Amino acid sequence: MLEVAVAHHFGSFVLDAAFDSAGGLTALFGRSGAGKTSLINAIAGLLRPERGRIVVDGEVLTDTECGICVPARRRRIGYVFQEGRLFPHLSVRQNLLYGRWFAPQGGRAGEVEQIVELLGIGALLQRRPALLSGGEKQRVAIGRALLARPRLLVMDEPLASLDEARKTEILPYIERLRDEAGVPIVYVSHQVAEVARLATTMVVLTEGRVAAVGPTASIMGRIDLFPLTGRAEAGALLATHVAGHDPAFGLTVLRAAAGELRVPHLDLAVGAALRVRIRARDVMIALKPPEGLSALNVLPGTVVEIGRSDGPIVEIRLDCGGEALIARLTRRSVETLGLAPGRPVYAVIKSIAFDHHAIAGAAPPSPGADAETREG
Amino acid sequence: MTALLQFTPEELTAIRLSLRVAFWAMLCSLPVGVATALLLARGRFWGKSLLNAIVHLPLVMPPVVTGYLLLLMFGRRGPLGRLFAESFGIVFAFRWTGAALACAVMGFPLMVRSMRLSIEAVDRRLEDAAATLGADAFWVFVTITLPLILPGIVAGMILSFARALGEFGATITFVSNIPGETQTLPTAIYTLIQVPGGDLAAFRLTLVSIALSLAALLASEVLIERATRRVHGL
Repeated sequence: MLEVAVAHHFGSFVLDAAFDSAGGLTALFGRSGAGKTSLINAIAGLLRPERGRIVVDGEVLTDTECGICVPARRRRIGYVFQEGRLFPHLSVRQNLLYGRWFAPQGGRAGEVEQIVELLGIGALLQRRPALLSGGEKQRVAIGRALLARPRLLVMDEPLASLDEARKTEILPYIERLRDEAGVPIVYVSHQVAEVARLATTMVVLTEGRVAAVGPTASIMGRIDLFPLTGRAEAGALLATHVAGHDPAFGLTVLRAAAGELRVPHLDLAVGAALRVRIRARDVMIALKPPEGLSALNVLPGTVVEIGRSDGPIVEIRLDCGGEALIARLTRRSVETLGLAPGRPVYAVIKSIAFDHHAIAGAAPPSPGADAETREG
Repeated sequence: MTALLQFTPEELTAIRLSLRVAFWAMLCSLPVGVATALLLARGRFWGKSLLNAIVHLPLVMPPVVTGYLLLLMFGRRGPLGRLFAESFGIVFAFRWTGAALACAVMGFPLMVRSMRLSIEAVDRRLEDAAATLGADAFWVFVTITLPLILPGIVAGMILSFARALGEFGATITFVSNIPGETQTLPTAIYTLIQVPGGDLAAFRLTLVSIALSLAALLASEVLIERATRRVHGL
């Protein structure tokens, strides 16, 4: 549904990237200067690439070989800019309705109210952008882009200029957008936590090139990509659902293919799906089922891959019931334990490793569920 | 003291004429001023510095030279003067319209300068944002650019108006000093100073001139502040 191939020079920097996506939320991940913004500018029509082909929903928007470059205004691609770029001389309501004016007719009745409600900006409609907080501005910017009835939404680090509290305020709205609005999203970010939480598909960009494309969980689990995805935050993604609660100890039990996880209480209904990121640095390895250990989570698995390293630290990948789990150990431990591919082991994870960076509420059980408390 | 406020009909005519000339000078140079400012701020073309220099010329040239050039071009026998007279029936020579033209030319650099600065200050990324929302170039200009540069446009208009109220050299050179037709406040004051016993009247008109200029400047402050507040939504 989205097909992108772009080649362009900026002085000595060469952007030469291509990827396909089937929909959902596609994250363009990479360091600053990797070419992420240029890539989405080309998708949105704000950059005319030297060579390239961009197809959205079967419609060719850019094809330099055929001399096609549809102007930005006719692409129907909603753009949420890093700094919001709300029109300062218009009220929030006028900002929201700006794109609707030019959009094709025939929107659903009550569409505006629905999006205003989805983004929680009903109380801001009469205000001017100058009087909004950073988080409010970004929500209005998202609403403005959505109300132009785009067939694709591109978001350029929409959370980058916000502090931690504002980020947690907006993330749930983007999740709802992904799950409820039905508009595919291309999301630019250099934050692992954001991508892990939001992305269906992940595109890793480095120095203007695509290093890897694939489902987020499998890209996050690739040891060879850690230098690009960031070693400190590296970890595996597990798809889980809530299996039950343990009110006596304030814990929630999550069920994944790999086994059961006990995490600090989450305000979610039994059966709710959510994504958990287990950072490699939070995982210990034991050869036998551990006894007399405080950690509550022990997952049996098999060593699949041992990362190559000459330094003191090595990453190893485990297969736990079909799901990948990454552990970071010292090279010394790997040798002492005699770890090698095929060896059965036990992964040990402390429950308190599951902080709000690691747990993302995926599809919420009901629209009324409060976003903040879901963070735990 | 009361003598100071008793205007003769001639003096009132001069005041009214001054206001009319300044108003039309401002209004007619407005579209040209906006277009020129846009061209200088946004355009990339050969000869841009030359255009910029020509626009600013009336600011540095002796007004009498500007007036003489206008006389040569827009006088009865001037090529442009004949064109306007034959095509539109507009005669500039020794008419109040000529005074308005002279004032417009003299105020033009001030007008363009103020507008150009405000256009250059517009965040062009806002125009990109409008384009991604489906607006074409015309609507981007009307709904985004124009409202954002409004304070600069207002400032430019007031500067042009105020400059027109004070214009002397080019006007008297181009259209002379005919009471009731081309005699504006400054030329009337000049005439009164020349005749014996005209001191009191000259002083009266001087006070009027000061009051008008001051009012224009104060009004511009208020208008610009209001427009700026509106633009930034404060």
